[in-house]
Amino acid sequence: MTKESISAKGDLRLTRLSKSYGDFTAVDDLSLVIPEGSFFALLGPSGCGKTTTLRMIAGLEEPTVGSIHLGTTDITTTKPYQRPINTVFQNYALFPHLTIFENIAFGLRRRGIKDVDAAVSKVLDLVELPHLAARAIVNRPALLLLDEPLGALDLKLRRQMQIELKWIQKEVGLTFVHVTHDQEEAMTMADTIAVMNEGQIEQMGSPADLYDNPKTAFVANFLGQSNLIKGTISGNDGDSHIVDLFGQKISLQKNRSHANDQFIYAGIRPEKFRISRLGTPTSGNILTGGHIEDVSYIGVSTQYQVEMPWGQELMVFEQNDDGVAPFSKGEEVNISWEPIFTFGLRGDEDATAGSEVNPEELDEE
Amino acid sequence: MGKIRTPYLLLLPGFGFLFTFFILPIINLAQTSTQTPVGGGDTGQYEQTLRFSNYVDAFVENKEQFGRSFVYALIATLLALAIAYPLAYAIAFKGGKLKNFMLVLVIAPFFTSFLLRTVAWKQILGEEGFVVPTLRNLGIISDSTTLTSSAFAVVMGMTYNFLPFMTLPLYASIDRIDPRTLEASGDLYANGFTTFRRVTLPLSMPGVVAGTLLTFIPAAGDYVNAAILGSPNTKMIGNVIESRYFKIVDYPTAAALSFTLMAVILILVTVYVRKAGTEELV
Repeated sequence: MTKESISAKGDLRLTRLSKSYGDFTAVDDLSLVIPEGSFFALLGPSGCGKTTTLRMIAGLEEPTVGSIHLGTTDITTTKPYQRPINTVFQNYALFPHLTIFENIAFGLRRRGIKDVDAAVSKVLDLVELPHLAARAIVNRPALLLLDEPLGALDLKLRRQMQIELKWIQKEVGLTFVHVTHDQEEAMTMADTIAVMNEGQIEQMGSPADLYDNPKTAFVANFLGQSNLIKGTISGNDGDSHIVDLFGQKISLQKNRSHANDQFIYAGIRPEKFRISRLGTPTSGNILTGGHIEDVSYIGVSTQYQVEMPWGQELMVFEQNDDGVAPFSKGEEVNISWEPIFTFGLRGDEDATAGSEVNPEELDEE
Repeated sequence: MGKIRTPYLLLLPGFGFLFTFFILPIINLAQTSTQTPVGGGDTGQYEQTLRFSNYVDAFVENKEQFGRSFVYALIATLLALAIAYPLAYAIAFKGGKLKNFMLVLVIAPFFTSFLLRTVAWKQILGEEGFVVPTLRNLGIISDSTTLTSSAFAVVMGMTYNFLPFMTLPLYASIDRIDPRTLEASGDLYANGFTTFRRVTLPLSMPGVVAGTLLTFIPAAGDYVNAAILGSPNTKMIGNVIESRYFKIVDYPTAAALSFTLMAVILILVTVYVRKAGTEELV
C-alpha cells in the first residue's frame, strides 16, 4: 500500500467529503476535482472548512465520510508519509533543531534519495526565499499544499512571494493547492478558485469568472465588493430580462441571472457604475434620483456613496481619468452602467452574506 | 546611576544567603577533610595537618559503595526516564483540558512526607504486600525470594522518589514543541518512529538532560532509600558519609568522601552535558 500510494499521480478527486467534530460539520459533502498541474485556490473566511479540507488532503485529518483519490489511487486512509503530497505550513513548521539545509533535506533523506546535496542546491536556486516552500518543493510531490504560508508576511513581501510562487508553479509544473482567506492573493495566483462557505463550495471558476459573474451573494460580497439591488423580473427582451428596480427598468442578460423565480437581486460592481450630472446624456442601464452622500478621494479613484430614492446607498468607484470635476456632497446624479455587467442573484438570498467578514482581520481557523 | 546599581542590590540577599550557608560551610568542610585526630585527644577532636591522603584512604576504603551509588543512580535515572517520557508526552500532547490536573497529580506525592512514602514501599514490597505474592503466583520469583532489603527495593524507591523531578522538565520541554513540526515530519515521509527519533526526541533533549541531571545527582548522593529499603549489602556512599559523621564521628573521612562525591558527579555531569550537546538546561 505504501509503495502504491507514494507514487500516485494525476488529478486530485475529492468525493462527497465530510468532516465533523461532534455536532460541528467543518466540511459538508464536498466534491471537487483539481486537475493535475493546476494552481488551485481554496478561498473563504475563517471557519469555512478550507483548512480542514487541506488537512484531509495532506492526511493530517481523516474524513468522516467520503473519499480522496489521486489519479486512480484511493488515498483516503493512507498516512501522511505514504502520500506524494507535501505541505507548506502556515508558520512553515521548520525543525528548529536542524539547519536550513537539513530542513530541506529532511524529506529527501527519509525517502533515501541518493544525491541530497544536488537536489537541495537545485531547489535553492529555484526559490529566492529558501525557507518558504523549499522543504516541500524539493520532494517534487504530485501535490503541493499551501496553508496560508504568506499570512505572516508584510504586504510588499507578500506580493513578491505571490509572484514568485506562481512562477515556481509554472516552472516545476506541480499541482498547487493554496488555502487562503485573502481574495486578492487567491486571484493573483490561482488558475481556479473555489470559494468556500460553511463547509461547502459556493462557486468555482477562474478569478475573472468569479468576479464578473458571481452566482451567490456570498461570492459577490466576499470577492471584492458588490451593489445588490432588490427587484423583480418584469419582462423579457430577447436574450435579456427586464428587471424592475423600485420602479426603474434595467436590463440583465439571461445567462448572467442565477435567480430561480422573478424575485431577484441585480448586482453591479462599484467600478462598473458611471455617475453623471442631470442633463448629461447617458446610455445603457440608468438609475435616476441619486444623491451623493459621501465622497472619498483615494488618488487612483474616487469612491462615492450615492443614496437612491428607495433609501439604499450604492457604492461607486470612479477612475480619476476623465478630467470631470468631482461630484460634491448633496448633488443629484444619475447612475448608469453597461447592461452586460449586471449579474442576477436569487431574490431570497441574504444580500449581506460574505460582506460582514473582513478577511484582513481574520486569523487562522 | 541608581538604575545601574539596582540589579546588584537585588543580588545581595541571595548572595549573602549562599555565602553564609554554602560558601562558608564548604570552606569549613574542605578544611576538615585534611585534618587528623588530635594525639591523645577525645573522640571527635581533630587538628589541621593537611593530610591529603585522607582522600585516598577514604576512597579506597569505600570504593564499593561509590560504585554502587553510581550504578543505582544510573539505573534509577534510566527507569525514571523510561516511565516519565511517555507520561510527559501524553500530558503535553493528549492532556487537553486535563493538562493542569495531571500535572498536579505528578507533584501530588510531595504533599506527603518523603520518608513516609519511602517507608510505604517497604510495605508494598513486603511479604504482606500484593507484589510479592503476585510475582510468586506467576512464578517470576521463587517462594524464598524476598524483595525488601534488596538492591531492587532501593532502586525502585529511588526511581519512585525522583520521578517528578524527571517528569516536570520533560513535560516543560515536550509541551514547547510545536505540534505542527511533528505534522511536518509526517508530511515529509517520516513514519511515527522516525518522527520520534528525528524530531520529537531532539527537540525534547533539553528536558531529557535537565530531568536526568535532577534525578541522577540527588540519587547518587541519596542515603534515605538505601537506609530504609536496603540492607548492609546495598549501602551507598550517602550512607557511609552519614555514619561517618553521626555514628563514628570521623569528620575528616566524611568530608573527604563528600568532596570526592561532588567531584565525581561534577565530572560525570560535565561529560554528559557536553555529549548531549545542550548548553541550555530547561
